[in-house]
Amino acid sequence: MRTAILALVLAASLLMHPAGGAAQGPILIGEINSYSGIAAGFTQPYRQAVEMAVDEVNAGGGLLGRKVEVRFRDDKGNPAEAIKHAQELVTGERVNLLAGTYLSNVGLAVSDFAKQQKVLFVAAEPLSEALTWSQGHRYVFRVRPNTHTQGRVLAERAARLPYRKWAVIGPNYEYGRRAWETFWARLRELKPEVQVVGEHWPQLAKLEPGGYVTALLSQQPEAVYVSLFGSDWLAFAREAGKRGLFQKMFVVGILLGEPEYMDPLKLEAPEGMLVTGYPWYDIQTPAHQAFVTKFTQRTGRSPVMGALVGYVTFLSAFEAIRKAQDTDTERVVSAMESLRVATPIGPILFRPFDHQSTMGPWVGTTKLDPVRGGGIMTGWEYVPAEKVLPSEAEVRRMREAAK
Amino acid sequence: MNALLLQFLSGLSHAMILFLIASGLSLIFGVTRTINFAHGSFFMLAAYLTTTLGATLPLGDGSFYVGALLASIAVAILGGLVEVCFLRRVYRAPELYQLLLTFALVLIIGDAVRFWWGPENRIGIRPAGLAGSVSILGQPFPTYDLAVLALGPVVAGGLWVALHRTRWGILVRAAASDREMVGALGVNQAWLFTSAFVAGSWLAGLAGALQVPRQPLTTVMDAGIIVEAFVVVVIGGMGNVFGALLGAVLIGVLQSLGILWLPRELHLVLVFLLMAAVLIIRPWGLVGSPPTALPVAGGGPGAPLRGVHLPRGATACVALLLLLVPLAVPPFVLLLLVEILAFALFAGSLQFLVGSGGLLSFGHAAYFGLGAYGAAFLLKQAGLPMLVALALAPLCAAAAALLFGFFCVRLTGISFAMLTLACAQIAYATVQQWYDVTGGDNGILGIWPAPYLASPMRYYYLALLVSAGGLWLLSRIGASPFGLTLEATRDHAPRCEALGITVRAQHLLAFVVAGGFAGLGGALFVFLKGSAFPDYLSVSMSVQSLVMVLLGGVHALAGAPAGAALFTGLDTVITRYTDYWQAVLGGVLLLVVLVFPSGLMGFLRSCGAREGESRG
Repeated sequence: MRTAILALVLAASLLMHPAGGAAQGPILIGEINSYSGIAAGFTQPYRQAVEMAVDEVNAGGGLLGRKVEVRFRDDKGNPAEAIKHAQELVTGERVNLLAGTYLSNVGLAVSDFAKQQKVLFVAAEPLSEALTWSQGHRYVFRVRPNTHTQGRVLAERAARLPYRKWAVIGPNYEYGRRAWETFWARLRELKPEVQVVGEHWPQLAKLEPGGYVTALLSQQPEAVYVSLFGSDWLAFAREAGKRGLFQKMFVVGILLGEPEYMDPLKLEAPEGMLVTGYPWYDIQTPAHQAFVTKFTQRTGRSPVMGALVGYVTFLSAFEAIRKAQDTDTERVVSAMESLRVATPIGPILFRPFDHQSTMGPWVGTTKLDPVRGGGIMTGWEYVPAEKVLPSEAEVRRMREAAK
Repeated sequence: MNALLLQFLSGLSHAMILFLIASGLSLIFGVTRTINFAHGSFFMLAAYLTTTLGATLPLGDGSFYVGALLASIAVAILGGLVEVCFLRRVYRAPELYQLLLTFALVLIIGDAVRFWWGPENRIGIRPAGLAGSVSILGQPFPTYDLAVLALGPVVAGGLWVALHRTRWGILVRAAASDREMVGALGVNQAWLFTSAFVAGSWLAGLAGALQVPRQPLTTVMDAGIIVEAFVVVVIGGMGNVFGALLGAVLIGVLQSLGILWLPRELHLVLVFLLMAAVLIIRPWGLVGSPPTALPVAGGGPGAPLRGVHLPRGATACVALLLLLVPLAVPPFVLLLLVEILAFALFAGSLQFLVGSGGLLSFGHAAYFGLGAYGAAFLLKQAGLPMLVALALAPLCAAAAALLFGFFCVRLTGISFAMLTLACAQIAYATVQQWYDVTGGDNGILGIWPAPYLASPMRYYYLALLVSAGGLWLLSRIGASPFGLTLEATRDHAPRCEALGITVRAQHLLAFVVAGGFAGLGGALFVFLKGSAFPDYLSVSMSVQSLVMVLLGGVHALAGAPAGAALFTGLDTVITRYTDYWQAVLGGVLLLVVLVFPSGLMGFLRSCGAREGESRG
């Protein structure tokens, strides 16, 4: 023990003594994300887009006359690991702010750390509502539309459909269940006669699809809500395709229209699903087309949702620092409250009372595109999140209830 | 009725894949007594190879089938190489070190797959000619699943013939029931071991290849299958191929039927509940028989917990260093040291269980995690002061250890280990799903040290006091009459019973003590991290604690803290410099196993002993 600790301490103190911290050094951003483990396939394009945003701002002379540098850390999908990195980034590297995270539990852990240390944390991908609402605080902001927004947008569309007998399949995990609960609550408000004929909550990342597809086919719902993600969704889609499930019932899928979920299925992508997603191929605004061109040229791949979120997250952080004209946390936080950011998909606003951005989901129907060799979204519309986000009073109620 | 039959068929086709991978695992364990964690990695590797071969071989419709065969053969050859190059060197080492070696392979193969094929999830290729479905009772059923259903019994029959009608099979079965006797009769064991490993790896490869059309390829599919495969093997009976078939069918069908009837809370733990029930009723599995030689944890009989003979001043120097460190290092390094101190206690408690008691636990993280949750709950819900929460947290963990231990200590060896795993999974599922109390996946937030202890330096001194004090207490308990009795039960349980010692009671007490100290480690950990999540009780945490113990050395007093420091330190440093930290860590572990097969502290001790001899 003694030798090991001695060696470790010596090595560590050599390696980790803070080098920077000087006022005129670069502006440092600590980026924590799940670069290995079950989310690795999603976070790779995210990171490429972040690097693109940073290169662009530096090419334009940096921020406040200083260069921007990002310290990437792999949380391995584990909240305790993420905290270790956060501690090192904040006390060792002395980063000006933290950003990133993919999984909700990792996002919540880092957010709580930010609250305690009074460090700004701009959460990118986690979808848990708790992050900005029941567990929200001064130092956390979130870019992506959460499960509440996505579920409600889908429910408003689904209520116009004639289906009354519903089933659900999703991972036995916070995200999967909340995605269903918000959807179902809104659907029942709009259409009280709906009923559930089957609920399936398989273990996350371990879906053995045969039994679930068989069960859904026997329960004969008119429509099924799918909140599966990652490999579970791919397994389910293939098995359901083989057994003709998509012909027998209508499918509503949260996030399933995102290229991350559609592209791996190639021509097996199911048609006619009502989904939220990201139809990058059809968003014709000049700003967005410029983003697509830059990203494709830089990486040799087409953009995915993760790439857009990464890019927007860092644009937002840059804009906050620019507006504050300072890197002091309190001033950047104040600047970020009601900050407007021009993004490739138009302006978004960080709401001052819950720090949730108004970036919204795209909702549409899936269709196969033989030319692209995969599934795309058609008949889509972009729903700005302000249309469905709760009011300031409701947010305050949720925060009170959590105390 | 129709629905039931279809549900049954779906379960059965999954069961066939489970059978293939489990029978290979069982075969390898039966002959070599190696608990092969890397079996799931072979499965994954074959799946990726099949996808690549199936897409590139110029054989038209036959590409997938030829690709699958070639992939399984390639994996079999790899298995043979692993056995010859690595495992063969450590058969003489304490048996648990083979486990550490296969864990290193898991890390290396996992990163190799990520490097070659990338981290994205992929959907496997479709099997030409079998991609469609046929109508059974009015519902479409995939043709390929029917083919797998038919293939399972064929492989099972082939295995039966190979094991019962060939000389190789007779030797394999003989080795499974009495390895020493087979060796004494002049059978070439090296050849027998290699062949069993090749055959077992081939079965894992075949399972992986056949799974390609049914399961998307991910870089974590190895972890997904290996635990389930172990459960199947244990339910059927370790080393018994027929048992693997029975276990696989039971699990596959039960899971599938459970979809219709069971509440969602039980899905997470269904297979573990089944395993626990089987183990409690039949400790050696449904058709297994008690092994003649139990896998002994650590260095075998007669290895008391001993200190390392360091130069006299060394201990004082290290103590002084640990006390003065805060003056010299940045706060982050202090926080890293706190993490090491928490893990040292966690690993130390496991070392007590494994080293003194010979009780190998695969589920020790349950008590670490429950200690963390206990502290969080006492602080947040009960509103107790932080130090009180810290002091009471171990009691929560010890109470859980008493409950689970009551069932576990009826068993020994690998059955005990698997039952602790089942208990840990039950605890995990409870924490993850009991929203009102634990917050579920969202965890409990805001568990920071009291303001007067919040600075890294103060919390470090608290952690140092608690961890060093805990480890000292553990070593005193190990040297007490109770600890010595425990060692006696480890070395010869029947003789202890004859002396009037109730072995189970001793084991239960050891389990509770170990659980309590693990909980104390968990409480230190939770105040460091500020939040409690179900991940703290996960299988990977349990495995991590075991790796720390083995890395440091099971039978050396300073083994656990040294292992914790080495593992955490390495992990932290490597992760900073490469995305492929798993492979580098695996490589280091491999090296440690091959060079220091009795752990770091074991190695230092034997150096010290040699020095002592030459002096004497």
